[in-house]
Amino acid sequence: MIDSTQSFRFFNRGPSPVVRLVFFAMLSLLLLFIDARFRYLESTRSALSVLVSPIQQLATLPGILWHQAGDFYITQSAQNKLAKENDAMLKQHQLDAAQLLQMQALQQENQQIRTLADLPQPGGFTTQLAEILYAERNVFQRKVLISKGASADVQIGQVVMDDVGIVGQITRVYPGLSEVTLITEKDYAVPVQVLRNGLRTILFGSGDIGQLSLRYMPASADIHDDDILITSGIDGTYPPGIPVAKILKIERDPAYPFARVTCLPLGGVDKHRHLLILSSLEKLPERPGEAPASTTDKRAKTKRMN
Amino acid sequence: MAALNTTHSKAEIQRPVTNLFVLSSLLVALFLNGLPWEGIWLALRPDFVALVLLYWCTHNPWRIGIGLSWLVGIFADVTDASLFGQHALAYTLLAFGGVALHRRLQMFDLRRQTIQVFGILVLTYAAYALIHWQVNGRAEWLYFLGCLTSTFLWTPLSMMFNAIRQVRGDSERRHLERRP
Repeated sequence: MIDSTQSFRFFNRGPSPVVRLVFFAMLSLLLLFIDARFRYLESTRSALSVLVSPIQQLATLPGILWHQAGDFYITQSAQNKLAKENDAMLKQHQLDAAQLLQMQALQQENQQIRTLADLPQPGGFTTQLAEILYAERNVFQRKVLISKGASADVQIGQVVMDDVGIVGQITRVYPGLSEVTLITEKDYAVPVQVLRNGLRTILFGSGDIGQLSLRYMPASADIHDDDILITSGIDGTYPPGIPVAKILKIERDPAYPFARVTCLPLGGVDKHRHLLILSSLEKLPERPGEAPASTTDKRAKTKRMN
Repeated sequence: MAALNTTHSKAEIQRPVTNLFVLSSLLVALFLNGLPWEGIWLALRPDFVALVLLYWCTHNPWRIGIGLSWLVGIFADVTDASLFGQHALAYTLLAFGGVALHRRLQMFDLRRQTIQVFGILVLTYAAYALIHWQVNGRAEWLYFLGCLTSTFLWTPLSMMFNAIRQVRGDSERRHLERRP
């Protein structure tokens, strides 16, 4: 009985469901088009994100509690193991410190030689530490949100790494958060070099969790399993010489001009809770407008802009 | 037949829901969606927001309809960092399905409701995946697993909501009786 009167009111009140459906569907499609094509809505997004951030922060609590419980358990049960680990780390630290000293001497020498040869100095970079707050929100995207945002002077395009290698790049900045696109995101490109012989190429994400691939690699290229790929620093987005990936498998199919190369990311792309944001590098001189650039290079650049 | 009667009689004694209850249920759903799900659990994660919206759209269609679902979709887009309108469009379709079928669903028992709900959810998930495919050029079949888990969650969720509404109704009635 209640139903019929209520629905009578419903029909009196406004347009029919079909009209509403069409209206809101059109509105959604319009928003989609604007967001996908022009990206005008970033300010709206950050305003709304302030509204929903309490819920998001609340949602991270169980994870944090879980970690704390894990830590508590470790301290209670495995003090021996911790002490051993501490010892091992201390030794490792001493070794590293010695190497660091050597590296500083080399750096000094390198700087002098560069001055003598009149080459530009490679700028050092500073880092700031950030914590991963939210992992990826859906199965399609390989993105995480970290705890530093516009208020900590984070900018779009900055590179994010951990202690081992490149993890990703900042693609969106909110007031107190920023979004990192991981290098495993589909079609995400990093210009790299093979550490062993300096071969330059571009590394692409495959959309899978632990996989990257080298496309456009001639079948005859000098590349082996377990080769390390480091950033080449070409076009100035990434500082040179940071490890990115290790080659896992090479398939050379004679029917196909390119080899299929599968790589594993070295950085803990889906492991750690803490990441380093590299402050932006010095700008390279502007690329000459009509230079006949290689197509892969250009593509990499545009992809990274996205 | 017994089940059919109980659902129907419940609908008659249930008091109209307060806005606060609807709002808090939606906030809890957003919270559950926002928990740090990872890997296969992320793929299996039921879409709590969609389920709660569908529940309200079928049980209270004159208050919670397409417009509100669209708005919730916009907020879901912000939390998910997906494109603006992606969730909104999916939830608009969901709400339309719920509103259009609410009479039928209220007549059905939970088992038959579940089949209808599965259809609506598949449509919703397909809309979302279709947009993703259009924009990014690939589809992820794993994503549709969430549709199945959401469907399985429909029965417990509606039972829970019905029970909560029942309890609230009872306590309020008792409260009124006690007053002179």
